[in-house]
Amino acid sequence: MNIRFWGDSALLVEVQDFRAARQLREMLLALAFTGIRELVPGYRSLLIEADPLTVDLAELARRLPQLTQQSMLLPAPRQQEIEVIYDGEDLEAVARATGLAVQEVIRRHAAAHYTVAFLGFAPGFPYLVGLDTTLRVPRLKTPRTRVPAGSVAIAGEFTGIYPQATPGGWRLLGHTDTCLFNPAQAPPALLAPGDRVRFRVRA
Amino acid sequence: MITLLEPGLFTSVQDGGRTGYSHLGVPRAGAADLLSLSHANLLVGNTPHAAALEMTLAGPDLRFEADTVMALAGGSVEARLDGAPVAMYQSVAVRAGQILRCGTVQTGMRCYLAVAGGIRSAQVLGSASTDTLAGLGPAALQAGAQLPIQAAALQQGFYLRSPPVFTDSVAMRVILGPHQDHFTPQALQIFLAAAFRVRADSDRSGLRLGGPSVARQIDDELDSQGMLTGAVQVPADGQPIVLLPNHGATGGYPVIAAVISADVPYLGQLRPGTRVRFHTVTRAQALDALAAEQQKWRVALTSADPGLLEARALMMLAKAHPALRAAQLQRGPVRVRMRRGP
Repeated sequence: MNIRFWGDSALLVEVQDFRAARQLREMLLALAFTGIRELVPGYRSLLIEADPLTVDLAELARRLPQLTQQSMLLPAPRQQEIEVIYDGEDLEAVARATGLAVQEVIRRHAAAHYTVAFLGFAPGFPYLVGLDTTLRVPRLKTPRTRVPAGSVAIAGEFTGIYPQATPGGWRLLGHTDTCLFNPAQAPPALLAPGDRVRFRVRA
Repeated sequence: MITLLEPGLFTSVQDGGRTGYSHLGVPRAGAADLLSLSHANLLVGNTPHAAALEMTLAGPDLRFEADTVMALAGGSVEARLDGAPVAMYQSVAVRAGQILRCGTVQTGMRCYLAVAGGIRSAQVLGSASTDTLAGLGPAALQAGAQLPIQAAALQQGFYLRSPPVFTDSVAMRVILGPHQDHFTPQALQIFLAAAFRVRADSDRSGLRLGGPSVARQIDDELDSQGMLTGAVQVPADGQPIVLLPNHGATGGYPVIAAVISADVPYLGQLRPGTRVRFHTVTRAQALDALAAEQQKWRVALTSADPGLLEARALMMLAKAHPALRAAQLQRGPVRVRMRRGP
């Protein structure tokens, strides 16, 4: 664990992986500290934002390592299945870049077991890990100005789903009609960090 | 109800934003300058982060459809109510049917109009904020928009002593890091020595700065991680971006420094062309500055009766409106006239 002070009001806690980030977040939520404003998990970090006049961040930073010594039972991960139509604009390009047939790209992408590492970039956008290592391709050099809502895409070690139409640089493999973010629902995001995800191919 | 007659350049409903959802990728959004939002609200008896109008560079024209109390705070405007100049930073009683023309923002970038009871717009995830980045909340306001408000009358009002002054050259206090190790020592020196300019492509998600390149010594981006308003990010081109409240919840550019909490609200008032310098303070100094700032505004809010508010308005208008030639105030038998030379 490496703790970086961020300005006067936050700590950036760098941890081993997204599981440790989630563990630390659940721990801090359970302790219900007053004055903590946001706990934002990243891929290998947790950002702790607090009211600096209420929370002594230096003291919190000293206590964090011992807090993580204690084990904490996390709720069992939820299983989610998402139906995908593999009709993405970048299927051919990904096939060329990986030396695989288009059908094989689809097969490998749909066969993997994914876990939601964290959400970010846009409301409800999940960063899923578990991508077949042969499917790792860099993001586009020049991002698209508009990626359609529901696009299922890959970049580096992640696969993700665009909940809304936004600019984006990931490679598009397909799309889903499943709604990933609805602010009228509680919780508003379909997926949460820790969820297990499988894709089901729809012809 | 308030009816928007002319929307201005970019007018939206803003409040304290969406807190507690950043782990789902939801931007905080809310007012770009939370201090001025608080000032406007406190002057009409609201809670600090009640929903109000945020206007940008060119303010709206609007009509009040009910008697209420309003206040303007933030970037300075030469607003007129049925043609009569309106003082900023105090409660102003308005009657149904009166038309407020806000005019252009003369100093600073954004001005806030609060009304007693707040604007009763629909909330999304606990906030009425317009978030154009994530597409949450209502769109920016168009002509004809109707904003529900609560009717109110002015018994006792407020004014703010020594309100903030926004200039076109500012020094922002920062604490280096958390990713200062991504930058060369020369880049850190350049960052702290240079004057940057706010570029025209800045928006509510961030101030894009132009100036000497702040070179990174690690070329890779970071793992995606949580971001904060006031973070000074540096993309590969070396031109810093200072995050404003509508920034994305996570990001991947290294953060060379963080603007201290006491100075963060003022970032929302930096207009394109403003010169910005950064200098470092310690964490202890930053916390002292924040406590002092909060105390300063607590004691600056002063209650006043309508007569005192009218007198203050005249004094303020005479000082602040360079274009103002004449003003007249009347209350009962007392009439005050003011005239400036050519």
